Amino acid sequence: MPEHSGADAKHVAIEARNIVKTFGAGPGAMRALDNVSVAIRENEFFTLLGPSGCGKTTLLRLIAGFEYPTEGAILLYGDDIAGLPPFKRPVNTVFQSYALFPHLTVAQNIAFGLEMLGRPKDEIAARVSDMLALVHMDKLGDRRTDQISGGQAQRVALARALAPSPKVLLLDEPLSALDYKLRKEMQIELKRMQHETGITFVFVTHDQEEALTMSDRIAVMSAGKILQIGTPRDIYDKPADRFVADFIGETNFLTGTVQSVADGRARVALKSGEEISATTADGARSTGEATIVVRPEHARAVRNGGQLSGVVENIVYFGTDTNIHIRLDGGDLFMVRQQNARGRSSGFEIGDRASVKLETDAAQVLRD
Amino acid sequence: MANAAEIADSARTRDIRSRWLLSLPALLIIFVAAVGPLFVMLAYSFMVKGDYGDVKPGQFSLDGWFSVFMQRDIFDDTLSLADAHLSIIWRSIRLSLMTTALTLALGFPTAYFISTRPRASREMWVFLVTIPFWTNLLIRTFAMQQVIRNEGVLNGALMWLGVIDQPLQIMFTDTAILFGMVYVYLPLMVLPLYASMEKLDFRLVEAGYDLYAGRFQVLWRIIIPLVRPGIVAGSILVFIPSLGAYVIPRVLGGGKNMMLGNLIEMQFGAGRNWPLGAALSITLMIVVMAALMVYVRNVARSDVRHG
Repeated sequence: MPEHSGADAKHVAIEARNIVKTFGAGPGAMRALDNVSVAIRENEFFTLLGPSGCGKTTLLRLIAGFEYPTEGAILLYGDDIAGLPPFKRPVNTVFQSYALFPHLTVAQNIAFGLEMLGRPKDEIAARVSDMLALVHMDKLGDRRTDQISGGQAQRVALARALAPSPKVLLLDEPLSALDYKLRKEMQIELKRMQHETGITFVFVTHDQEEALTMSDRIAVMSAGKILQIGTPRDIYDKPADRFVADFIGETNFLTGTVQSVADGRARVALKSGEEISATTADGARSTGEATIVVRPEHARAVRNGGQLSGVVENIVYFGTDTNIHIRLDGGDLFMVRQQNARGRSSGFEIGDRASVKLETDAAQVLRD
Repeated sequence: MANAAEIADSARTRDIRSRWLLSLPALLIIFVAAVGPLFVMLAYSFMVKGDYGDVKPGQFSLDGWFSVFMQRDIFDDTLSLADAHLSIIWRSIRLSLMTTALTLALGFPTAYFISTRPRASREMWVFLVTIPFWTNLLIRTFAMQQVIRNEGVLNGALMWLGVIDQPLQIMFTDTAILFGMVYVYLPLMVLPLYASMEKLDFRLVEAGYDLYAGRFQVLWRIIIPLVRPGIVAGSILVFIPSLGAYVIPRVLGGGKNMMLGNLIEMQFGAGRNWPLGAALSITLMIVVMAALMVYVRNVARSDVRHG
């Protein structure tokens, strides 16, 4: 089960409760969100991560007000806003396509929300120049939107959404249209802006690396459900289920039989007969067949003395690291990642016998 | 280096020359079919009218132009403004402006409706809009007569519903002309509006809602500025033929509610005053051009004026 939305109520900025969203009706109906609950804390950089079609954008659009939930409630600081139109919600969106108004200048784009709120003219002017400064576009306020680059358009979209000081800022894959270098820059910029403005950010992405580097907490979604909510480190080190483990980073999957569970540690017997200790995910079985995951960099290949043993099947060198693929005696393939040192090889040849030494708590029993 | 520049230069000259040569047939057609008759018209407006129509060639006169605006009393020869002509010109302008405004008011939601349908069904809707073009204008105008005449569909329905006791006299009024023109010219407004609206990025509408713009403000501040080219094109396409309308005021307006087109026809027909007819035609053109210039200057060129 996903981590319960048990955070202190007064620190929760936005909360989705038992949201169901169905598109269409009858036999052709598509259930985009299936009983989704999540509580996003004030001032948090929260990421909805998942492959395309997992429902993350639908959840964002429900929060923004572009769609209405079929069932469930959306609470903004405790008030149900699920029925309000988008222009009555103190929530702004940075669109994937930026959606800048082409008939307005950069400054007019940023001023738009404030004008609609009926703020006085001099306040708008001051706020617009603050926002231009925040996104480093001070001198480009009079440009038309077709006279700026993609990265600049991204910044304008951000400034436009931040200008009315929303309670929550929604970002729908805002970096996906940028090239690699610019994306890296903007990731840092976004973190900085979140820090400076103190606004709660809800960020949607399918890029696990982006999610891990930027987020305070991540919700991993698949097929309309939230599978796990946690800090990047939780999600990476202690994936709860197979999808999460597979979607984020590289993972070794082993099958084994749980012998006993005590103090959140399980003794697991592998197919080869070897026995290892592993942490357990919430809801993991305490007996019988189970899937165990080990991250490749949480294990080392040694000559002997490890918990697992097998034969080196392949060695892949790529600059910083070397991946050693070991066929375990039980039949599973296991990958170990070792950092390279200068002028020293991995020390193994294909066909060598090797042993795998797992670090403490490297293995985790999944709940499936 | 100079050589290369020379070659490029001569190539450019040759290019321009061949372009002129290629467009010669088109230019010829434009001159013979459009510009030529205009000059004939202009020349006729400065000639003396013939006794049985036509003009007396070679005799210069300002009578045609004079009688566009002024008239001489047949008894005491005093000059006065040609009220009849001026009121017809004014009615033409007024009815055309109203037609343009009404077709815009009806065409805008229609075009919006079509452009928000799923892509596959849009073609069908556009096709439906063009169906009236399959029928002759005269027949469509007579059909409108069947709708609005005293015993017609509209009055019948209103009386059956008990809204009125006596049939409304719509036929042979300016309202009848307006009905007819709005009906006939509506597709000319819908099609260019749709062409503009189809290109509208509806994510911008969402962005507007997201930034606290209500429905009216989204319409006024986002949709209308973005589809302005369609509004301009549609208005021009409706206003010009409305101003010169002939069949519709003739059939629905009866004899006394004339528009410029009817007045001109009368001068070339029963009135036997070709110079006046020619002068009125040119007046019509001037009114159209003046209206377009004012319109284009005020509406088409004001894309960035908020702030």
